[in-house]
Amino acid sequence: MSVLTEYVWLIVAIPLLGFLINGLLGLSSEGYRKQKTLIGSLATVAVFIPFLMAVGIFFSMGADSEAVVVRLFTWIEAGDFTSDIAYRVDQLSILMVLFVTGVGALIHLYSMGYMKDDEGYWKFFAYMNLFIFAMLNLVLANNLLLLFLGWEGVGLCSYLLIGFWYGDMVKSEAGQKAFIYNRVGDFAFLIAMFLVFVSVGSLDFDVIFAGLSQIPGDYVFWIAILMFIGATGKSAQIPLFVWLPDAMAGPTPVSALIHAATMVTSGIYLIARFSGLYVLTPEVMLFVAVIGALTAIVAATIALTQYDIKRVLAYSTVSQLGFMFLALGSGGFIAAMFHVVTHAFFKACLFLGSGSVIHAMHHVEHKLHDKGKDVHFDVQDMRFMGGLREYMPSTYKTFLLSTFAIAGIPIFSGFFSKDEILAMVFNAGLGQYGTVYFFLWGIAVVTAFLTAFYMFRLTLTTFHGSFKLPKLIGAAEGSEKYLHESPVSMTSALWVLAVLAVIGGLMGVPDFFVSTFTGESAHINWLHGWLEGVTHEPPLILSYAVKWTLLALAIVVAVSAVILAYKVYDHDRGVATDAAIAKRFGGLYDLWSDKYNVDEIYETTIINPLVKVSDRVLAVFDIKIIDGFVNFVGAFVRFFGGLFRYFQTGVTQNYAFALVLGVVVVLGMLIFG
Amino acid sequence: MEILNDMLLYLPAIIITVAGLIVMMVDAYTKNATMIYTVSVASLILALAASVYGLFGPTVDIFYGMATTGGTAAFGTALVVAATLFVVVLSREYLTSINHNFAEVYTLILFGTVGMIVLATANDLVTVFMGLETMSIALYVLAGIVRDEKTGIEAALKYFLLGSFATGFFLYGIALLYGATGTTRLADIGLYADAGLIYWAGVGLLLVGFFFKVSVVPFHMWTPDVYEGAPTTITAYMATAAKTAAFVSLILILERALPLAVEQWSGVLVVIAILTMILGNIVAMVQNNVKRMLAYSSIAHAGYVLVGLAAGTAAGYSAVLYYLLAYTLMNIGAFGVVAYYERHKGMQFNSVDQYAGMGYKQPFMAVLLGIFLFSLAGIPPFAGFIGKYQVFAAAIQADLIGLAIVGVLASVAGVYYYLRVLVFLYMKEGTEEIELTQAGFPYRSVLLLLALLTIYFGVLPGGLSELLAGFHQGTLYSGTPLP
Repeated sequence: MSVLTEYVWLIVAIPLLGFLINGLLGLSSEGYRKQKTLIGSLATVAVFIPFLMAVGIFFSMGADSEAVVVRLFTWIEAGDFTSDIAYRVDQLSILMVLFVTGVGALIHLYSMGYMKDDEGYWKFFAYMNLFIFAMLNLVLANNLLLLFLGWEGVGLCSYLLIGFWYGDMVKSEAGQKAFIYNRVGDFAFLIAMFLVFVSVGSLDFDVIFAGLSQIPGDYVFWIAILMFIGATGKSAQIPLFVWLPDAMAGPTPVSALIHAATMVTSGIYLIARFSGLYVLTPEVMLFVAVIGALTAIVAATIALTQYDIKRVLAYSTVSQLGFMFLALGSGGFIAAMFHVVTHAFFKACLFLGSGSVIHAMHHVEHKLHDKGKDVHFDVQDMRFMGGLREYMPSTYKTFLLSTFAIAGIPIFSGFFSKDEILAMVFNAGLGQYGTVYFFLWGIAVVTAFLTAFYMFRLTLTTFHGSFKLPKLIGAAEGSEKYLHESPVSMTSALWVLAVLAVIGGLMGVPDFFVSTFTGESAHINWLHGWLEGVTHEPPLILSYAVKWTLLALAIVVAVSAVILAYKVYDHDRGVATDAAIAKRFGGLYDLWSDKYNVDEIYETTIINPLVKVSDRVLAVFDIKIIDGFVNFVGAFVRFFGGLFRYFQTGVTQNYAFALVLGVVVVLGMLIFG
Repeated sequence: MEILNDMLLYLPAIIITVAGLIVMMVDAYTKNATMIYTVSVASLILALAASVYGLFGPTVDIFYGMATTGGTAAFGTALVVAATLFVVVLSREYLTSINHNFAEVYTLILFGTVGMIVLATANDLVTVFMGLETMSIALYVLAGIVRDEKTGIEAALKYFLLGSFATGFFLYGIALLYGATGTTRLADIGLYADAGLIYWAGVGLLLVGFFFKVSVVPFHMWTPDVYEGAPTTITAYMATAAKTAAFVSLILILERALPLAVEQWSGVLVVIAILTMILGNIVAMVQNNVKRMLAYSSIAHAGYVLVGLAAGTAAGYSAVLYYLLAYTLMNIGAFGVVAYYERHKGMQFNSVDQYAGMGYKQPFMAVLLGIFLFSLAGIPPFAGFIGKYQVFAAAIQADLIGLAIVGVLASVAGVYYYLRVLVFLYMKEGTEEIELTQAGFPYRSVLLLLALLTIYFGVLPGGLSELLAGFHQGTLYSGTPLP
């Protein structure tokens, strides 16, 4: 164990310190709030130092290092239950820490530019640091309770940041929606935790992992399924995914950090962490895979129809998370983690790129207002954009690179991770429930096609063709001259992420790239070697021929989707093409663009009945019975309070009299008692 | 040479005594306020260091058995000195703002503190009495230090009259105990299980003396008037340091002098505790004056402390010590913020309606007040919660389940009046136009430190609990009489 590992708690503590400094000073001093450079740098450094420490720990570890548990102190002790504040450093957690702090630091840097003119600048950075603190607790925790603390902590920060501009009712409602949907999942997670405690007697990972074989089958089933339901809340899967698109109401860096790169992947981390439990119950694995695949295709079809660039990316995130769950359900725990990391790179880059675009469009709107033109338009609607590549070259290039990555174009990072997932699903088709898995594999291939297609729809409509705002709104004539590239603090983060999105896949180059030709087993897949010891991934039993065929198929699917998208969307044909697609698919397209009416279904089946019952039954009960009782107690107490107060006459003789009475009582009890 | 060694173990009291004398001289010759303040603070910091050091020292009898060191006594000393230090820092700014920053305040506080240390470390009833009187006389004068306020004078006089009355009982109790047992040394009295009527009368009157000092029902009647009439930071001093010293002394007496009579005195404490918790909380609910509310709240808290004492076990005593720490931190804090609001409008500014809307004027202070009130209400993760949890747990272990239930219910009632203040701070519109100036840096730092400690001991009780539990292991009555 390296010296740095012993100090792993600092990785968690430093962002907390950042939160406290910015939060407390910001709260108490008006002057401090104006020191924006100081606030932003402090917050960024508070994430960057942990990143450096994580790098140091990472290099002191090997693929075969044992997990190190750093126990700080006993947190809770009640009867025979104890829970420590203890952090677990192993290959899985350090991987999570590396990308959480790495991507986190970049997004902090980006936010310094993006949030520059915001009044709540200090609050924003305080919340961001608090989020990193909670997220690191989540991934480093060595017991379920501490993990749950992080789990709830990230949920809280997500709520605070979605509703960051709380003056806008829609935005603060989006925050509440996210929180409530997450609560549903958290409830299931809590029950899973209780079941773990009942069956193992501890929440410590070491004890749980060592005792997995002793847990009765029923318990394994329910724990696995409830944990997964918890994950569907946090990681936005069917049926709880509807909060994530609305969460785009938050500032764009928040969408990039919390709702794309880190928090939403915590469900995947949780299941990968408990892979030993999941492999014991194939039924739950299948369930996870089915939900993942359905979510992937449902979200991808919705993404096809949206015009708000952040919403497209949000549905794309839901869809990619579905992919990851599909991988988990097929036994591809490492494949899922691989996609978590590559997705963090390219999706963070895409979100920050969209932020850069929105920033520019806002600027156009402001400039028009300055010129006395009362023009209002939706700055996130891609139909007003187009041709931005001329004005925003860095944003365009990084966005394009990341789009290649998510589309799965060869050598870009998404290619490797997505291919591995497809291979793992196909592999599962050869085992138990094979037919279902083959079917899911088919869904995954279609989704991969759709992904490449809608992502290029987005990129082409936004950046290619001509700037459409002046054409659609007459008063905005000549407004293209107000378009400008974002400041360096923003574009530099974009470039770093874009490079990672391009080369990130190299950590998981499949072994068969080499072993097919040498005939011996090869170990070029670094990530596999790294995570093998901490996950329980079943072996790939596909032959070389099948592997290469799958690979070729993946390339054909991705490339054909891209070519098709170029054909139909380039040269300002976006809206016309969408209309043509809508015509061809008819009712199906309406279903997509109405987001499968999930919100409406919840409204009529759950929310409205609940409101009615509350209104007509519970409210009455509350007012008449509960409040009545409370008021009665209150009146009773007040009466006695008044009575006692009456004795407090202020006359010293009376006080002395009470004292003597007391003496009589005490002596009486002692002498005659 | 033994006496020199003993004096070394008694260093906190000696440092403060010397400082008190210096302050008196400085006042007589130069009247240099800064110097007086500096000497007071410096001596208290030194004494605090010495008493924390003593916390890890041996538990031995010193001065031929008149006093004791280490363990409970050392913890009491450290707590009293710390409380005094906080109060002195707060008092300077507060008293200056109400134009009563007299040098004698510091002299009296320092000498009063010496009395408290003597009380908290007493191993003989004569020392107990000496400490109690030194402390009380200083407090009588301090209560009336605002000489031009009628309420202040009235408070001081009431306190003095009733205090003398109670002292009479107390002294008589000592005399009777001496008559029954032939000794005033705590451990020697402890050898007697039952020495007849005189013994029980002595025990009863002794307890009454303490009941008066810690203000439990029905010996509490002076408390609201005195706490309201005294300058607010002095009230904080009386409510925390003085009560702590008296309770620590009571623990020493109960565990050393009366271990065999535990059944009897436990019965008395249960009755008094129930009365105190119920009355303290209920009357606090109907108060509109925040300072007076805090006075009743401090009565209620004395009731919770009695719950821990009534258990009569090692767990009960260490729980009480933890409780006293929590109580001291959050109470000085709460009075500190009240004093801060008060100085903008004079001493009459204490009505809860006047607090309306103040939460947004100086958010820092209001947030701190919130922390202290939540802690007083016994809500996690603050120290007050852990303290309450520990005393109630000790009572349940000692089979006093009914008492614990009354305690929990009473503290639920308590939540009402603490949170009521917050409702006014944050949820009501202010009617009066008050410009709040920011408090000075030392003032804010002390309050912040108190809040941080309140949180710290609420989140991480482990280390201190272990230390406190160590004080009582195997040294006292634990269910079976000592041989």
